[in-house]
Amino acid sequence: MSIQIWTWILVGVTFSLYIGIAIWSRAGSTKEFYVAGGGVSPLANGLATAADWMSAASFISMAGIISFEGYDGSVYLMGWTGGYVLLALLLAPYLRKFGKFTVPDFIGDRYYSNTARSVAVFCALLVSFTYVAGQMQGVGIVFSRFLEVDITTGVIIGMVIVLFYAVLGGMKGITYTQVAQYCVLIFAFMVPAIFISIQMTGHFIPQLGFGSADENGIYLLDKLDGLHKDLGFSSYTTGSKSKLDVFCITAALMVGTAGLPHVIVRFFTVKKVADARKSAGWALLFIAILYTTAPAISVFSRTNLIETVNDKKYADMPEWFKKWETTGLITFNDKNQDQVIQYVANKELNELEVNRDIMVLANPEIAGLPNWVIALVAAGGLAAALSTAAGLLLVISSSVAHDLIKRMINPKISEKGELIAARAAAVVAVCVAGYFGINPPGFVAAVVALAFGLAAASFFPAIVLGIFYRKINKQGAISGMIIGILLMLFYMTKFKFGWWFGGTKVDWWFGISPEGFGSIAMMANFIVSIIVSKFTPDPPKEVQEIVENIRIPSGAGAAHNH
Amino acid sequence: MQAYWKQNLKYLIILLSIWFTVSFGAGILFVDQLNVIKIGGFKLGFWFAQQGAIYTFVILILIYIRLMNNLDKKYGFHEEDSL
Repeated sequence: MSIQIWTWILVGVTFSLYIGIAIWSRAGSTKEFYVAGGGVSPLANGLATAADWMSAASFISMAGIISFEGYDGSVYLMGWTGGYVLLALLLAPYLRKFGKFTVPDFIGDRYYSNTARSVAVFCALLVSFTYVAGQMQGVGIVFSRFLEVDITTGVIIGMVIVLFYAVLGGMKGITYTQVAQYCVLIFAFMVPAIFISIQMTGHFIPQLGFGSADENGIYLLDKLDGLHKDLGFSSYTTGSKSKLDVFCITAALMVGTAGLPHVIVRFFTVKKVADARKSAGWALLFIAILYTTAPAISVFSRTNLIETVNDKKYADMPEWFKKWETTGLITFNDKNQDQVIQYVANKELNELEVNRDIMVLANPEIAGLPNWVIALVAAGGLAAALSTAAGLLLVISSSVAHDLIKRMINPKISEKGELIAARAAAVVAVCVAGYFGINPPGFVAAVVALAFGLAAASFFPAIVLGIFYRKINKQGAISGMIIGILLMLFYMTKFKFGWWFGGTKVDWWFGISPEGFGSIAMMANFIVSIIVSKFTPDPPKEVQEIVENIRIPSGAGAAHNH
Repeated sequence: MQAYWKQNLKYLIILLSIWFTVSFGAGILFVDQLNVIKIGGFKLGFWFAQQGAIYTFVILILIYIRLMNNLDKKYGFHEEDSL
């Protein structure tokens, strides 16, 4: 059977599965819509969190980025997993004990202020919208490449599916579809990785395979370093970014991960505090399976790519090369007219441009794996993108219906009214996300870094201080969040968009890139919050009691209802 | 209550020190020194940055779950178990 038929079958089967689950798990109350009724088991929640977290970026882009950046790509591996340690130890158990529906709920109540709540809603919406546009774009890429429909049709199909189960099922529907999506995506990621690992090294565990030797007894990593050196690229295993910048980017990604609202809310869905801890453990375990395999895929595909294309005749290129050429993701420009591909670091002489995103998608084809494996990767990429999109849409819808309407604009709204508002908000959010997926703004890559920076600069300090520092008050938290957000926005717009006189790499403060600046903005938030709190009145007694109370793990069930 | 919280903070400090050491320490700050050592095909610093740190993170959370469950039991905050 052809790749296309296989892809239609696998995508069709998985999509029917998601829809089936959605019908089975409709949400009947706001509690079910926002937090799946609060009775999800830690294992299911761990699976759902892993799918929620691993997006199109993790599945499609990450191994490709590492493939081109080598050691420098480690920032994503450590950053996007290390954040879970912070989440498990510093946030999840306490927020679960606090027992509300959303992150702005916590910020607004802990800092006894609707100003704080509004700032939190603003951040949650900004972070989630930037993120969801990227997911929809990922859906479009997979559809257009594997099913040969145009990107618009692909995005619309994706929108309809997400709309169906997010609007109908709310958090409850999302949770159980995410469990299924994790299984699909991890299977789709691992099967080609294992095949290729056996092919290239004889090891069936990719994590060991990329540290072992090929049939000639040469270690794969040494071989790749050698190839890089010959072609003028910087060494694969040592990288070229400054140490300080690598440090700051890793920190910003870790803290940003821990502060992302769509991840945090997943921990509101379990029954008790001990379950919140346990689900963080499950979640990281499931995430680690993909994250430790990704760098192995990077090494395999990088080596395969160089060996397949460099110094080879253009006419002899395999079929996948031509197919990806038609999508514009591989381009060959025969500068010296010798009909041979020169793939080198020197920009004047280099004749081949390869888009990073295709490393995972094209990898099975490059390695010559069977058609069903190639189709599986398409289904996996869709599962990764859809599961994250659904989680983000839920944050958007609950921020609008719960935090804005119920808690601020119209507290008297009925349960039924709130549920309708939540569903309406989800519909609007899907349409906006779909629009950005079809007409991707050029700045998506820039704003995704911004999303992490903003989460790091706003939510993380406000939540951690709110739990661990009883005396932090609303003046401190609000000024800290605002300073953190403004600093982050200023730095990002200055160096990414060229506002405020712009600037280039040499103008970066202390050589820190905009991607790493979130950690500086976070520090600023911490410092401002603490200093301002010292000079303003202590928070009221009731609030200090709330803080005492969330530090004790028992009795979380009762606190759940409003 | 005070004793429970103090013990909790102590666990956090120890676990987060390990978290910092394997990622920012072994994976970034001392990566060049560790890269001199090779285990199989891996330079050690590179291995920590792309593999070792992640394994350690998983283990850290598992240890944290154990420690806190025991602590909860000791202070009577333990609740019915589920999977």
